[in-house]
Amino acid sequence: MQHFSNAATGDIVLAMADRIIANKAYLSEIDGKIGDGDHGVNMAKGFGMAADRLRDGSYRLSEALDTLGTVLMSEIGGSMGPLYGVMFTGFAESLPKSDAVDSTAFSRMLHAGLDEVQSIGGAKVGDKTLLDTLIPAIEAFDQATGSGATFQNALVALRTAAEAGRDSTIDLVAKIGRASRLGDRSRGVLDAGATSCALILVTLAEGVTMKLTS
Amino acid sequence: MQRFINDPDRVVEDTVSGFVKAHADLVRLGNNPRVVIAANAPTLGKVGVVTGGGSGHEPAFIGYVGRAMLDAVAVGELFSSPTARSFHDAIKAADGGKGVVCLYGNYAGDNMNVKMATRLAAKDGIEVATVVANDDVCSAGPEAREKRRGVAGEIFMWKCGSAMAAAGANLEAVRATAQKAIDNCRSIGVGLGPCTLPAVGHPNFTIEAGTIEIGIGHHGEPGIRVEPLKSAAETARDMCAIVLDDHGLSLGSEVAVLISGLGATPLNELYILNDTIAAEIEARGLKIHRTFVGNYFTSLEMVGATLTIMALDDELKTLLDVEVRCPAPF
Repeated sequence: MQHFSNAATGDIVLAMADRIIANKAYLSEIDGKIGDGDHGVNMAKGFGMAADRLRDGSYRLSEALDTLGTVLMSEIGGSMGPLYGVMFTGFAESLPKSDAVDSTAFSRMLHAGLDEVQSIGGAKVGDKTLLDTLIPAIEAFDQATGSGATFQNALVALRTAAEAGRDSTIDLVAKIGRASRLGDRSRGVLDAGATSCALILVTLAEGVTMKLTS
Repeated sequence: MQRFINDPDRVVEDTVSGFVKAHADLVRLGNNPRVVIAANAPTLGKVGVVTGGGSGHEPAFIGYVGRAMLDAVAVGELFSSPTARSFHDAIKAADGGKGVVCLYGNYAGDNMNVKMATRLAAKDGIEVATVVANDDVCSAGPEAREKRRGVAGEIFMWKCGSAMAAAGANLEAVRATAQKAIDNCRSIGVGLGPCTLPAVGHPNFTIEAGTIEIGIGHHGEPGIRVEPLKSAAETARDMCAIVLDDHGLSLGSEVAVLISGLGATPLNELYILNDTIAAEIEARGLKIHRTFVGNYFTSLEMVGATLTIMALDDELKTLLDVEVRCPAPF
């Protein structure tokens, strides 16, 4: 049974921070088309602050995710601070006490984060938000494992679905948040939250894939 | 546009720092530099009253902290919700042992951060009640009032809720009164020119020269129509019609009127608007109890104005007339 070690994977969060920081200008540019253009700045600030706290040592994945979530929640306001904050702390709290994380525990982790986002958010699939990336990605992962795929192959399905979910937001009209005030004018551009969520999930999947053992 | 700033990324820090120096008799900072606290807060045995919101709306939100006014305010980035931690710290700073009411505006980020702060406060044993302002008529139709944004009507909500708390009312009574105050408010904004976040560097919406946007939001959210610029009197009549048609007040009702500039409109133009607004309200058979004209709730250097009309009953009238001291000229 493929699994990875919680104790040896905290650096995945550093990779996430690097990916977000590298895409800072891109995320702000997308956001500027239908929002106020600060998504990349705020995300890079929050992920950068978390990375600074994690760089000096070796952390369990659950600890690193908890640090990231707590920083986003307590230092970054707006909508993205709380949404990603509760997602990452939700991930962190659900990781198993035992060190080995198999695909069942990983799925449970994804769902715990999703539940937290939905408990404060109130958006649904099709509203042009990060959920348009997150929900199809989790569903694809579950479907793959349900039909007998290995953990590794299920992560491939997760990545593909996350990117497809992100791309689906181009044709959507925003139903929630600031862009929703634009109505039809919000169509034709990617949602910034869905885009950053795809970056996060892809980096998570890549990191876990490299650490899988049988 | 030429500005007095040091660093586009430190606009909020520098604003709060200068604000606290200017009003040290009324306000202070605690451990969290993003929470402005009344000098005398918390008052033991009094319901605490807090709010919070994005910066760039000065004197809102911080200017309404004071005596018989708000106990604490959470401060966000420009046009961006404060963090849950800042709302939580504001709630703790205001807690006098009788619970805290959080009176804020209907925006996605504020809704989430207040919800999380309320959960955190519950773990500290602080009971928190909330009222969400939704007075901006043009932000959603009458069938979807719960989706409307909160704008300058929040000032009347803060005033009435704070006065009720200062009079010794319990948490539920303060909440109910603040809810009634905002339920009795209707507002509209009109825009003549956009504003720019210093860190972004260019306006994130446009208003073409020679046009006016009716129903524009506090952050440039689109209004219900853009039309050729017209006279102040015609604009004022339009604003009154939109607000009062939604209000549906009975003849003889008493109202309070608040006309606020959006940042770059001179005060004299607000008085020009009020000249027609006052006549229009009276022509509709309503009685004006009090009028406030000034820069009460701005949007950086946006050109434009908002009109808020609050229907009064005896209780709201009494609360509105309570003497307060706060940095805003209110």
